[in-house]
Amino acid sequence: MSWRALLPIAVFIALTVLLYGALSRNPRELNSALIDKPAPTFDLPALYEGGPGLSSDDLRAGRPAIVNVFASWCTPCRAEHPQLMTLSDRLDLPVYGINYKDTQAAGQRFLDDLGNPYDAVGVDADGRLGIDLGVYGVPETYVVDGQGVIRFKHAGPLTPRLIETELMPALEAAGRVAGPQGEAPAGGQGDGQGGN
Amino acid sequence: MSPELGHLSLWLAFGLAAIVAVVPLIGAHRGDARLMAVAEPLAVGQFLFVALAFAALTQAFIVSDFSVRLVVASSHTDKPLLYKISGVWGNHEGSLLLWMVILTLFAAAVAAFGRNLPVSFRARVLSVQSMIATGFLAFILFTSNPFERLIPAPPQGQGLNPLLQDPGLAFHPPLLYLGYVGFSIAFSFAVAALIDGRIGPTWARWVRPWTLAAWMALTAGIALGSWWAYYELGWGGWWFWDPVENASLMPWLAGTALLHSAIVVEKRDALKSWTILLAIMTFSLSLLGTFLVRSGVLTSVHAFATDPARGVFILALLALTVGGALTLYAWRAASLEASGLYRPVSREGMLVVNNLFLAVSAATVLLGTLYPLIVDGLLGEKITVAAPFFNTITVALAPGFLLAMAIGPLMAWKRGSLKSVVKDLRPAIVGTALFAVFTLVALDGEWAPLMGLVLGVWLVLATAMELAKRIKLFSTPPWVSLRRLVGLPKRQWGLTLGHLGLAVTILGIAGSEAFTVEKLVTVSRGQSVEAGPYTFIFEGVNPAAGPNYTAVEGHFRVQRGRQTVARLAPEERTYTSPPNTTTEAAIKPLWHGDLYAVVGEPEQGGWSARLYYKPLVSWIWAGAGLMVVGGAISLTDRRRRVGAPTRAKADRADASAGPKSVAAPAE
Repeated sequence: MSWRALLPIAVFIALTVLLYGALSRNPRELNSALIDKPAPTFDLPALYEGGPGLSSDDLRAGRPAIVNVFASWCTPCRAEHPQLMTLSDRLDLPVYGINYKDTQAAGQRFLDDLGNPYDAVGVDADGRLGIDLGVYGVPETYVVDGQGVIRFKHAGPLTPRLIETELMPALEAAGRVAGPQGEAPAGGQGDGQGGN
Repeated sequence: MSPELGHLSLWLAFGLAAIVAVVPLIGAHRGDARLMAVAEPLAVGQFLFVALAFAALTQAFIVSDFSVRLVVASSHTDKPLLYKISGVWGNHEGSLLLWMVILTLFAAAVAAFGRNLPVSFRARVLSVQSMIATGFLAFILFTSNPFERLIPAPPQGQGLNPLLQDPGLAFHPPLLYLGYVGFSIAFSFAVAALIDGRIGPTWARWVRPWTLAAWMALTAGIALGSWWAYYELGWGGWWFWDPVENASLMPWLAGTALLHSAIVVEKRDALKSWTILLAIMTFSLSLLGTFLVRSGVLTSVHAFATDPARGVFILALLALTVGGALTLYAWRAASLEASGLYRPVSREGMLVVNNLFLAVSAATVLLGTLYPLIVDGLLGEKITVAAPFFNTITVALAPGFLLAMAIGPLMAWKRGSLKSVVKDLRPAIVGTALFAVFTLVALDGEWAPLMGLVLGVWLVLATAMELAKRIKLFSTPPWVSLRRLVGLPKRQWGLTLGHLGLAVTILGIAGSEAFTVEKLVTVSRGQSVEAGPYTFIFEGVNPAAGPNYTAVEGHFRVQRGRQTVARLAPEERTYTSPPNTTTEAAIKPLWHGDLYAVVGEPEQGGWSARLYYKPLVSWIWAGAGLMVVGGAISLTDRRRRVGAPTRAKADRADASAGPKSVAAPAE
């Protein structure tokens, strides 16, 4: 028996250990470390020149918001996109986008192409904020309460069922205050940036 | 037939599998013919019972039996029949049952058609195959029972994701599984041979047709999946390096390597240990794909609803199956001494290069797919590996691989001469150089796709040269060449069409990447939009309705100059159960490219639309088709040879004499 013949089984054992470890950490579950903690401080440049960017101050504007992380190269993002369009039509709360590890042109084209559900889109080109937020993969959706505290996180595409059973209750719990009287977040609905 | 009958059939199949997993193995060890004889009828029996269970489930879907939980979760009375049936495998439990149908089908096929295998070897193969079947039947019975009842039965089901209601996708999983699971036979042959201790040219001749059949199905399955993505997702992309796509690509790469290394074992009795390892790894990668899709460790559009208990169960199966095989390999591999010696510059040498490239590609895809897990496990950070990584690697590996692929078939066995190969390829080299100059001067685009075009042309020309040389084109009178062409061994067509198919696919990828014209516009009635040499004229929309959806149908007339070349009617569909919208692209495939139109939301002053001219894009799938056809022709050859050992020997002598005599003048 030579060491070369043992190599495949050694690699495989390492792989099995890795996969077993991965099983105990369900990526679909939230990163519990960040739940009920304030979102990191950040200030992202705007996807559209002249349009609103996204900063942590927008998340502390006194009313809950949805933050969605997306990229043009991500298929599930396309799959969940119609849900975001519906969501943004139906809610009077802001829906923010973070364009993750993408080029500006591709990100703009994605939204021009499919429609822009976001009230503001920040660009996280190098994925820096993604690391602070604990973004595992795109798409990801967060519910942040009016004080900038993350209350809910979902990794993977949104589905109608998930919106009804998890996202909406999380929004309710995040203390949904009356919208119009609240302080308007930067680039509120109706600014129409992005020129669909 | 009732769900309970299906459930019972599964238990019976489980019982039979458990018997075959043990008894024939003992029989083969003791040389007891009676114990070995158990294997065949019971292997066929396993298949019949699993097929019966599958039929029972299918029936529950067809009649919309909503007292079965699975039918409620993924079917609906309004669905057309085809999608009621494809709904059977549109979920975790049903797809696993389909997986089992194929696994036991292959075992039954070995029992029925493997008459030329030595009795003890066949008994061992069926035992190993039944061990896998036992494990997966236990998985179904204990964690994923498809026949679970739901009492009281709800009046209506929850439907199937409308994206999946498509003929392309209805047949994509069965083909893919036929490929994935078909490699289990190569695995069982490898393990049986490790127990047996006899591996040589005969072993390679047995294992190759099974591998080839599985490889063809996998090729077709992957192609169908990417074609579906191309026309159904509505933005013209066809490959996304999604973890689940990668899970199907890895066994394809390993299986392709296995097909080639088995040739070396067969012809030259060399590379045996590596080929056995490849056979084990190919199926292991299939199992790994199953694990990734069903355990939920990676985020993917394809992933099934997850349940931690299932993840642990599959991982245990994976560990037992692969771990067991690799342990056996570590113990026995040393005894597989190579007897055929060869120089690095030889056909064998080139096939080793081919295997290296394919193995490195498979390893890279594996690393890229698992890297997020590794980083998470070691550093606790969450990251994704995206398309740019995989594209870079592909572009880096392609030139060397395609260069070797063109040279290899012209190289002589044992000891080849680079000089004579270069001489044979002179017209191809000149042609490629001219095309490269033309590309540089006349074509605009990014460098990587343009390089792809040049490489594609190179492979087409080199493959043509190899065929021309086989039939002595131009060096003998035309009728002699024609006679040689007709008389070519069928496996030669496997080589020619397989390599040509890859070249065509590469041209399709490179051409569509380099030259696609894309227009994102808002159109009003009568408006025309230019896309490349074509003009799309918008003729308005009208409502349309299908069995379980309503749609808006847009109409485009496409002109080239003043000539109307196509009428396109893309749809945007709204499904009600479950509520969802899908885009149905309208595509007119022309030999030189596709006209592709998608209609979207109504906007101020018109409708949003995406219009494309995508040069060469359908070549991607045409190339895959060529590969499958090449495989099929080669397979008909094999089957006859396997059935007739004396002729096979004569063929072999002829085939190995062929390249030598061809190469002789150059030496």
